Amino acid sequence: MRKVYLDNAATTPLLPEVRQAMLPFLDGSFGNPSSLHDWGDAVRDAIETARSQVAELIGGGAEEIIFTASGTESNNFAVKGLALAQQKKGKHIVISAIEHFSVMHSARTLEKAGFELSLVPVDKFGVVDPEDVRKSLRSDTILVSIMHANGEVGTIEPIVETGRITREHNVVFHTDAVATAGTIPVDVNELGIDALSLAGNQFYGPKGSGALWVRKGIRIMPLLDGGIQEGGRRAGTEDIPAIAGLGKAAELAKASISARTERLVPLRDRLLNELPARIDHVVVTGHPRNRLPGNASFCIEFIEGEAMLMLLNSQGVAVSSGSACTSKALKASHVILAMGISHELAQGSMLLTPGIDNNTEDIDYVLEVLPPIVDRLRQMSPLYAKFSKDNKEGGR
Amino acid sequence: MPVYSEKVMDHFMNPRNVGEIEDPDGIGEVGNPVCGDMMAFYIKVKDNRLEDVKFKTFGCGAAIAVSSMVSEMAMGKTLDEVMKITPKSVADKLEGLPKNKFHCSNLGAQALHKAIENYRSKKKEEIKSDD
Repeated sequence: MRKVYLDNAATTPLLPEVRQAMLPFLDGSFGNPSSLHDWGDAVRDAIETARSQVAELIGGGAEEIIFTASGTESNNFAVKGLALAQQKKGKHIVISAIEHFSVMHSARTLEKAGFELSLVPVDKFGVVDPEDVRKSLRSDTILVSIMHANGEVGTIEPIVETGRITREHNVVFHTDAVATAGTIPVDVNELGIDALSLAGNQFYGPKGSGALWVRKGIRIMPLLDGGIQEGGRRAGTEDIPAIAGLGKAAELAKASISARTERLVPLRDRLLNELPARIDHVVVTGHPRNRLPGNASFCIEFIEGEAMLMLLNSQGVAVSSGSACTSKALKASHVILAMGISHELAQGSMLLTPGIDNNTEDIDYVLEVLPPIVDRLRQMSPLYAKFSKDNKEGGR
Repeated sequence: MPVYSEKVMDHFMNPRNVGEIEDPDGIGEVGNPVCGDMMAFYIKVKDNRLEDVKFKTFGCGAAIAVSSMVSEMAMGKTLDEVMKITPKSVADKLEGLPKNKFHCSNLGAQALHKAIENYRSKKKEEIKSDD
């Protein structure tokens, strides 16, 4: 059976070159970079090389990069660390309604500790209006965190415009670029931001690798206290294989972003165009044009996502869903609900995220196996029966 | 994939008794307002037994497997026997359901009981109108 992985938003495979870059630090080179001998020196160089590679990917300074263990850690560090460092100026934080839980729940944790939180809404395409961010700002606002793009629905946010507003008001601006860094061009100076989160496993680097970029001069309070690794901002002996892998993945991404985009966009567009053409009552979620190159997201009416996932998996196809039934918390995706989609329609959420290993035949295969699966589940669905009946009566 | 038992997978992949009954003797519908899941059961009764049971379900793999299993457990049984089917007995027959899904997906027995109640109340009406 054909195997088709279309869940690159969950995680990407590791590139062979990245693996090669990691291997020396799993095999022989085991030193602690804080040590003052040859063993330490060997790994210290690897960290600094990776730091430059990551900095170059996003147009920042190497000394502004702090390595972390995930996008989640980067976001926790940014939201909590930046807010705590500025709290003498105020205690008001602004985030959007569609932030990843690592931003959202970090902000909620601060709220419990006495900070105040404003959630900026999104429109039906998942776009955060910069003017809504402006309206939410107060004299005591110390931090705005809006994601660069949403990995679930693919919408790219107007960060440049939002950054102009935060600068006018002298408020620190963080963006969660986990879905974009290494995937689309990201330049911290063009974006006009103060801090940015990224994660290696989103662009063919290792899991357990991430980084936070913080503009020089912006204060941040460490989450992890201990030694003076990462300039005293993130204590703990460095994960050299992960860092070296992240660096290599960043270097490769920088060199091949346009080639990857050229490969992904036709696959994405074929899904976005063909799926609604072959299946009735399918809604594309996210922005129709301004979206990530590898993101095709939908809501398929009258059926539920987990059942779709299971049947697709039985045909060798891996996708994901934001339906309540697929989440461990049994709650529909807050992103989809924030866009004004009903709970019922959200149940039919399906996210297909092609990667650089996919080809046109993979997409053709999915377009072939999915319609009968949808049909099969609809034949079982009382909602579909009701819809068909009402439609027939209405047509008379 | 969710951690489902072989039995759940079997009933999900090959659900028994899917469909509707034309002119049923009773209909029972149960919805989960939080996620929007829904189950509908249709029954045909003869000599106080379920001569036919069919269902339609909008929901996850577990919800579909539950519906299928309930229909199988109920087929041919007396109404009183069917009223004794519980969410737990259904889950046991399915060799267990994931803990977090036990309540939300396990609405089959409830939907079927509603269909029987619907049949019984219709019957009462008939007896009244016969008077």
